[in-house]
Formats: sequence, C-alpha cells, structure tokens
Amino acid sequence: MSQQTSPPDGSGPLPATGKESAPGSARRTGSSPGKPGGPAFLGHMGRVRNLGLFAVLVLLCVVGALTSDNFATSQNALVILSSAAVIGVITIGQSFVIIGGGIDLSVGAIVALASVWCTTVATQSYGLGGMILCALVVGAVVGLVNGVIIAYGRIVAFITTIAMMASARGLAERISDRQSQVVTVQSFNSIASTRFLGIPLLVYILAVAVAAGWVLLNRTTFGRRTFAIGGNQEAARLAGLGVRRHTMLLYVLSGLCCGIAAVMLTARTTSGASNLGNLYELDSIAAVIIGGTLLTGGRGSLVGSILGVLVFTTITNIFVLNNLTTDIQQIAKGLIIVAAVLIQRRGRKGATP
Amino acid sequence: MSAPLLEMQGVVKEFPGVRALDGVDLDVVAGEVHCLLGQNGAGKSTLIKVLAGAHKTDEGHIAWEGEPVALTSPTAAMRHGIATIYQELDLADGLSVAENIYLGHEQARMGFTRRSRMHDAARQLLRRLGHPEIPATREVGELSAAGKQLVSMARALSHEARLIIMDEPSAVLAHDEVDNLFRIIADLTAAGVAVVYISHRMEEIRRIGDRVTVLKDGRTVARGLPARTTPTSELVALMTGRTVESVFPPRRDAGEGPEERPVLLDVEHLTLPGKFEDVSLTVRAGEIVGLAGLVGSGRSEVLETVYGARRPSSGRVSVAGTALRPGSIAAAVRAGVGLAPEERKSQALFLHSSIAHNVSMSSLRRFAHAGFMDSRTELNATAEAVRALDLRPPDPTRPVRTLSGGNQQKAVVARWLLTDCRLLLLDEPTRGVDVGARAELYALIRRLADSGVGVLLVSSEVPEVLGLADRVLVLREGRVVTEAAARDLDESIVLDLVMEGSSA
Repeated sequence: MSQQTSPPDGSGPLPATGKESAPGSARRTGSSPGKPGGPAFLGHMGRVRNLGLFAVLVLLCVVGALTSDNFATSQNALVILSSAAVIGVITIGQSFVIIGGGIDLSVGAIVALASVWCTTVATQSYGLGGMILCALVVGAVVGLVNGVIIAYGRIVAFITTIAMMASARGLAERISDRQSQVVTVQSFNSIASTRFLGIPLLVYILAVAVAAGWVLLNRTTFGRRTFAIGGNQEAARLAGLGVRRHTMLLYVLSGLCCGIAAVMLTARTTSGASNLGNLYELDSIAAVIIGGTLLTGGRGSLVGSILGVLVFTTITNIFVLNNLTTDIQQIAKGLIIVAAVLIQRRGRKGATP
Repeated sequence: MSAPLLEMQGVVKEFPGVRALDGVDLDVVAGEVHCLLGQNGAGKSTLIKVLAGAHKTDEGHIAWEGEPVALTSPTAAMRHGIATIYQELDLADGLSVAENIYLGHEQARMGFTRRSRMHDAARQLLRRLGHPEIPATREVGELSAAGKQLVSMARALSHEARLIIMDEPSAVLAHDEVDNLFRIIADLTAAGVAVVYISHRMEEIRRIGDRVTVLKDGRTVARGLPARTTPTSELVALMTGRTVESVFPPRRDAGEGPEERPVLLDVEHLTLPGKFEDVSLTVRAGEIVGLAGLVGSGRSEVLETVYGARRPSSGRVSVAGTALRPGSIAAAVRAGVGLAPEERKSQALFLHSSIAHNVSMSSLRRFAHAGFMDSRTELNATAEAVRALDLRPPDPTRPVRTLSGGNQQKAVVARWLLTDCRLLLLDEPTRGVDVGARAELYALIRRLADSGVGVLLVSSEVPEVLGLADRVLVLREGRVVTEAAARDLDESIVLDLVMEGSSA
C-alpha cells in the first residue's frame, strides 16, 4: 500500500457534496473499462468465477458428446434447457435470498403447495388466468409469511424456512388428499407444450426471469440493498436502510419465483401434486453455491447461479442418455459441489492479496 | 545488552501487486519492551503475521537466539516461544477460559482432557497476571474486552512464550485497565520475556517502551531508538516523512460567536435505562461538541440514541426544531443526521463492495430513477466526495477493504456528504488511525464544521476531545457531570471529572 498521508490541508474548499456532478468529473480508471459505475469490482470477480464454471459446462458437453450420439443435437439442447427452466426460476429467488444473507429451505414445499392449490377443482373453474394468479399469490403469500417471521419475528431463516418446508408440504397434502389433481384446463397444460420458433415457452419464461432478475440485482436500488444487507447487516441498518422490510421482500420474491415455477412444473406434468418440487431446496442452493455466491451473503452473481443450474441439468442429461442410475448421479452431483467450491476458493485466494 | 533474542534483516514479503514488507530490520533483546511504530499500511500487521508464522517471507533472514529460523507455521513460531496477542482477539467465545488458554495443547491423557489439572493451571496463570477473580470455567464470550485480552495473555504464558507481540492492546481497554496491562508487561519483562508493543499512543510508548523501531512503507526507517528520550516530533517525522507542527486545526473564533448560530441539535432529558439518564445537550451549526467519558459511561449510547439506533425510554431529540421519531434511523437520516460508528468494519463498511458503493449507500435514492440506479451520476458524485476528502487512492471503484484505517474512516464520512448531512455524529473517529492521518481527519472535521455542519464527537482520548471540540461535556456513569468550553478545560481537569469527579 502506498503512502496515504498528505499535509492537513485546512484551506481546502468544503466538499461540494457532489450535487453539481460536473460532466466528466468522474475519474475513469483502468480497473473498470467500459462501464463506469457498474459494480465494477464485483462484476470483475464475477466474470472470473463464471469463466471457470463455463469451462466446466463446456467440459461436460464434450463428455456428453463423446459418450452419447444423441447429446449434441439441438433437440437434446432444448431438453436440457426445458428441464433447467423450473429449477432455474426457483434458483433466481434463492440467489436473491442468499446474497441478502438468508436462506430459503421451503422453496420445494412452496412449489408443491402452489401447484396443488392452483389445480383444485374450484380453482380450475376460473380457467387459465385464475390458476396462474392463484399459484403466484400462494407463492408470494407463503414467502411473505416466511419474511415476516424472519424479519420481524427475528427467527433465523434456517429455522423459519425449515418449519415452512414441513408445514407448506403438509398443507399441500391436506388440500390434495395426496392425490394428484389432473389439470383439465388445456390452455394451462399448453404452457409446457407451446413452442415459439421451435423453442419451448418454458425456456422463454426462464430467459425473461433471468434477465429481469439480473437487472433487479445489478441495476436497481433493490439489488444494491440486497448486497449491502447480506454483506453487513448492522452496517446496513446504521446506514439507514430498511433492513427488515427488505429482508421480508427477499422472501416474497423467492416465494413468487416458486409460484412461477409451480405453474411451469404443473403444466409439464399436467397435474398438481403434493410431492412436486421434492428436494428443490437442495438443488437450488447447490446451484447458487457452485455459481460462486457466498453462503454468508453479500457477494454473488445470478449468472453464476444459472450456470450452476445448467451444470446440474447437463449432468443429469448425460446420465440419462447413458442409462446410468440416479444413485450414481447423486454421487456425481455431490462431488461436483465440493470440487466447484474448492476451485472457487483457490481462485479467490489468487485474486485477493 | 545481551545478544538479540530475535533478529530480522532485510525481510521482504510480497503479495500480488503489493510489496507489504520491503526490507524490514528488527532486533529484540530479552527483557525489553520494543515498540513498533508506523502508520497504517506501513507493514506492521504483515510483520506481526510473519513473526506469528502466518505469512512466509520472500526474502531476508530471521534469527532466533543467533540461529537462523524458518517460521513456516503458527506452530513453529509457538514452538520457538513467540506468541501473538492480536487486536481482534482470536478466542473461541463458546469455550471456557481454561479451554481457550489450552486450546491446541490441551492437557490430555488418551484423548480425554484432564479438566481439573487444566483448570488449576489456568487459575495459576490468571493469578500470575493479577486477575485471580476471573473464573477458569467462565465462558469467554461473557468476558469484557479486557478480560478476553487477559485470557489471550494467559495463553501466551501457557506456551512459555519468550517473545510476546501485542498489537494495540490498549485500544480496547479503559484507563485503569491499561494500568494493569502495563503492570503485567513490567512483570513479564522482569522475568526476561521480550515484548513487541504496537500502539499509536505516544504517551504509552514513553511510559513502558525501552526502544522504538519505526516502519514506513514496509521498510525500517529507524531501529532501536531510545523510547523515552527520542522527541515525538522526530518519531512523527520518521513515520510520515514530514513534520507536524500542530496536529489540531485552529478553532474559528472570529466574527459571530457560536451563541448566535442556530441550534441544530437539541437533546432534552434523554434517558436510556441502564445506559444514561437525563442527558440534555445542544449542538449549534458549525460547532464541534465533544463527549468525554470512560468506556461504559454511556457516551456511545447517547450518540446511537440520537441517531435512532436505540429507542430511549424518555426524552426528546430535535434537529433544527423538528422532533425526531424515537428509535428511527430513517427519520434521523432524513433530518440530516449522519453517524460514523465506533467499529468501522463491523458497523459501517461493506467490505465486499467498492468505495463508491460504500459511499452512496445512504443516498441511493438520489441516484435512482424509479428504482433503477444511474451509475454514472453515482460514480461522479462519489468521486467528487472522495476527492473533497482527499481519500487515497482517489479511485472510487477500488474495493473498500484495501484502504487504510484513516481512509476507510474518510469513506464513512464521505457517505454523509452525499446525504446533505447537517449533523455528524462521530464515535471514536480516529481509532486505529495513525498519527499522520489523524491530523488530516481533524482538519477535515474542522472544515466540515466551518461549513456549518454541527458535530457531536465521542472519543476516549481526552487530548483529542480538548483539541478538536469547541465545547465539552463530561459523562460519568450515564450522567452529564460538566459542560464547559474546551479552552477552559485541561486534560487533568477532564480526567479528574471522568474518573471520580468532584461534583462540579
């Protein structure tokens, strides 16, 4: 570090508080070429990390192409993307929660509850719009309950959402009586079967959700506050941010993502069931972590999370194409999680003095 | 003096892009208190970590009792008898005092800890440190900062350390506790233990130091100077590379008296049970008011309550004539109040983020349209604030954690420049800030006041309060015992009031 003192210049002009931000007064520096004011530092770190994950993805594709003739087809690529769509949307919400310093273990249960609720005979009588609205509202309200308990009831997120995981799934079972509820509204089912330009609608939904999530995280005050609260909650509070309200909103957002995912998943299976979304909490958290987001919050990237989702769905795809059993799949997933975190830590050590 | 216990020559430590140590020489003899002086960023922390075995050196020689050694791991350093007492004490809060002392070298037989023997040994060590009243079975998390430091010191003794490095040990201590620390240090050195003592407080170095080594920019610029006789000006000049004539900026005493300026902050009968009672004070525009008192006198709590971070049980806080909603930070910030809290890293900074993001955190709305950030305006404004405060380096895209303590403090103050802050609450603004950067901060605070900002300042260091403030309030046990113009007070009066306080 260079010397940082200077004569105590008592005569200096009083800071103009930056109100008249003169054009060109910002110092462009080499470290942030192109986009001043963007989260330059974070963005840079994010790129480095995502590069590694991208390499893993490429490697997986090579492995897939070598082991199976059907892997490198456009049809298979769309299969991977559509199966990534549901968990992808959930992972967006999970990323916000984790970057904001929390965790949401109830995502799978919320998906089940929203799926069951939007496919009851009564809800189905309202048609397509009623069903979608129902799923979104159920997701958001359950998220709100999580958020209120965590932010205002001051019960840690881990416990609150694990409790919600149990009770939301319980409620789903009660509503559905553990029967799967066939969707008779054909327009709803067509959400999963519709294609534009040969690409399934589900993939478009994921793309739009990722884009919206990225903008929200990186270009809005909401995103900035999310990083701040996850990075240092006490400092955020003392800086005057509404920490509790924001924390609550993060869980609403996660719940809403689960509602969207519930619509997608229910349409795919053409029925609502209380066992949908099983273990989605683990899949989404694993994707966020291998995407380079700190589990303690304050630092992370949405692109990384989505790459994480793609890595996992690609592995599953390769295993399915090669007729390998799911148990080996699970073992491979576990190994990849540990390997990814180890690689990232090495990368970080190199980057920070 | 005998042959040096520890001798370092030309030690170099490089990190990617930074040469943290660039030729450090140091020799420490048994039984002396060797003070290490240097500004933040001069390389003291790196040097400590090298000695503790946490960093490997890139070049240079280290000799222990005349024999070359490689301090490749903390265990290796400990085996040689080097113990370190870090500023952020490295204790396990959930374990007992005895368990912490013997952490890593538990007295055990076949994997089972021998609790009673460990407790006896721990008790003995604590007695040796003059604190037999600390129970060996107490959970460390329940101890005060001073208590934790003693546990840390007992741990060093349990390793039969012959060189103990103390990194600003007095920073977390109150006055009487510092005396006890010095007594312990005297006992240790009398028994032949060498102490490397790091502190920013010159008077401490005078009191207990034998020799001084000065670091600047990772290099030794003076080694083994006599601690008691070397003039302060010379030491400051060595540290900063320049001379400091007067540390405190002059008060503005011409023209309108402070009484004519409008009252900015009016605190009436504020009470927070168990912390402070019936505190009333005013701060006028352009005035610096100091709050002096011991740790635990309620001074920080007063600041936090004014800021809305704590909810008082009774009393009123008004800013520019408008009462603030109690317990609401948002209301205080809207009214133009800003706080630079006591613990910069844990209470003010977002260490993962850039300087710009740290500075703009309380004024995000100003840089947003419908929630979308206008990054260009934000960067312009933060760059301007950074330049106005002479923050180094002046690049707002740099991560804030790479800044020195003084510059991190400037980043915190810069945050409030962007909110049109009228009243600045400063809690220990120069803690952990080196001498040269302190003078800069003092000048900055005075400049802010001259522009019409009211400042309420809390500091443990009486000279700082007296030198900087226009008016001083002395708090003792949660009550205001005196209020006077700073020029009517001197250090001994204030210290007297702070300690036992013959009722004024």
